[in-house]
Amino acid sequence: MAKLTIQAENCKGCGLCVDACPKKILRIDADVINHKGHAPAQMTDESRCTGCGFCALMCPDCVITLER
Amino acid sequence: MAETVLMKGNEALAEAAVLAGCRYYFGYPITPQTEIGAYLARRMPQVGGVFLQAESEIAAIHMVYGASAAGKRVMTSSSSPGISLKSEGLSYLAGSDLPALVVNVQRAGPGLGGIQPSQADYMQATRGGGHGDFRNIVLAPASVQEMASLTMRGFDLADQYRMTAMILADGTIGQMMEPVTLETPTPTLVEKPWALTGTQGKREKNIITSLYLSPTELEKKNLSRFARYAAVQQKETEYEAFCMDDAQICLVAYGITARVSKNAVAAARAKGIRAGLIRPITLWPFPTEALRQAAKTVRQFLSVEMSMGQMMTDIELAIRCTRPVTLVSRVGGVIPAPEEVLVAIERAANEEAT
Amino acid sequence: MIATNRPHAMTAAQTHYCPGCTHGIIHRLVGEAIDALGIEGRTIGIAPVGCAVLAYNYFNLDMTVAAHGRAPAVATGLKRANPETIVFTYQGDGDLASIGMAEAVHAAARGENITIIFVNNAVYGMTGGQMAPTSLPGQVTQTSPYGRNEAQCGLPVKVCEMLAQLDAPEYIARVAANSVKNVLAAKRAIEKAFRNQVEGRGFSLVEVLSTCPTNWGKTPKDALKWMESDMIPYYPLGVYKDRSAVVTDRT
Repeated sequence: MAKLTIQAENCKGCGLCVDACPKKILRIDADVINHKGHAPAQMTDESRCTGCGFCALMCPDCVITLER
Repeated sequence: MAETVLMKGNEALAEAAVLAGCRYYFGYPITPQTEIGAYLARRMPQVGGVFLQAESEIAAIHMVYGASAAGKRVMTSSSSPGISLKSEGLSYLAGSDLPALVVNVQRAGPGLGGIQPSQADYMQATRGGGHGDFRNIVLAPASVQEMASLTMRGFDLADQYRMTAMILADGTIGQMMEPVTLETPTPTLVEKPWALTGTQGKREKNIITSLYLSPTELEKKNLSRFARYAAVQQKETEYEAFCMDDAQICLVAYGITARVSKNAVAAARAKGIRAGLIRPITLWPFPTEALRQAAKTVRQFLSVEMSMGQMMTDIELAIRCTRPVTLVSRVGGVIPAPEEVLVAIERAANEEAT
Repeated sequence: MIATNRPHAMTAAQTHYCPGCTHGIIHRLVGEAIDALGIEGRTIGIAPVGCAVLAYNYFNLDMTVAAHGRAPAVATGLKRANPETIVFTYQGDGDLASIGMAEAVHAAARGENITIIFVNNAVYGMTGGQMAPTSLPGQVTQTSPYGRNEAQCGLPVKVCEMLAQLDAPEYIARVAANSVKNVLAAKRAIEKAFRNQVEGRGFSLVEVLSTCPTNWGKTPKDALKWMESDMIPYYPLGVYKDRSAVVTDRT
């Protein structure tokens, strides 16, 4: 079981992880704004995460931690 | 006991650098200082050092930056047009508080100019020679012996004050041969805890930069640097006074023109003219206080230089224009003859008499 | 087990890079290579002038900042003075391929045992998006407002192709930071470029095609697409020189 953590406060909301995710279970929620003023990435369905790590690989800001 | 040998000025300087513990030389060929590189290309491998002929003077000075950042004694040498190219690096060295020894064996300019001796880089050298507020310690040898001794001193001063020490020589001093005694000095060893050696996982990382985006932080950095410069001015100013006890006409000259001036002073004395010479050994810091004191009794100053009054400005500033200062100069690679300087002394003496 | 996280060789600082700028990915790959080789304690980094000028804030390493374009010369001085250290430069396209071309070419020609990470995003980022030596034909920038025009500006500099003509370099490769597949390849190339230095093999340069969404005027997502559609065809990915892979038997 993979556990994905997104440090939402440090996310710049670029969305590269959203496109990298093969299961399409990450999204940018424009209604949530972090202290940097960005809309951070969010996990929509943890149960479908395979732990492939593509999101973390494409994250330019090291805000995604994957434990598996 | 070190033996006395006959050496060219440039080679004496190079050997002195090795004796002072310098093991890294980066340079680019240019007349009239090429002997320095050629000598060290042979010498450095013998002492386990590095001689590297860079692709340009610009690259050479930034290699100096790298080796200095690693905490090593390092030098480069060039002549006037090459020093212009190095001016970028001089500014970065100063902004990063990195020690280095830079040699300028001056030739006539501007532009490509000529390959004969000159002192026309005086302003460039004594004002820093690059963008931003900074100074170099500028040492002016007037003999082959001083090419050696001031080089050794330059390395010590550079390390002590984390500044560039510049040897401001000229084509004559670089090219001529004289007896020189090369004593192995005891270098002043300065700890360099700021050096980039790798943290080894045992200390906080070191960062060497000249970038300070906060204006107040950068101002603080500049002010602390100038406090260090003030200490250099106070402690390290050096000059030679020759026949100054009762002098009424004071010549000021450095390097090769100081030697010419000494002859002219002796000739003037033989004619009963009370002439003397102040020879700055450090051009920055300039012997301002010595000149100010001299101005109390001296009636006229002559600035003898192979440039168009560059040093004269510093003399006028030093004595606050309280006495007339006359320029005695030859430029373009011409060295003034003692007779020419004597004529200028006599003219000054006649003005006093009338 | 933590599979993906911030490398130890990087600090906890958040970068100043714009959202979606792939500088962050490339920084992480450098950090991962240093971690993998266990060389953090003896590695020295040299930041360029450009967007990465503040890179020293992001690595747990001794670091300095070179004058614009001069990083390979500074690296030469550092490495020659202290051969047991691992020295790398991190340079952009304006820094390396324009103002610092001579320093880069000659460090390569000398076979200096250093590692260069060359980030090519086809634009001057820090100063606000001017034409770079690597800007594509027709590319609109602040200083090529009608598109890069061949008659006036010539054509882009292909650094890997050029340096691969030299005999001395050990390893020259071009990778891209625009997709999972390409980032994985970039990771391998960057690690190899550092390993080469550890093994004393000589000059290694990895050109990483990177995005600049802000100055390209694109969303981060569209920037990745533009890299795939326009940039990679002009700058083909691959290994341009690898002396360790050369078969030396010429009989």
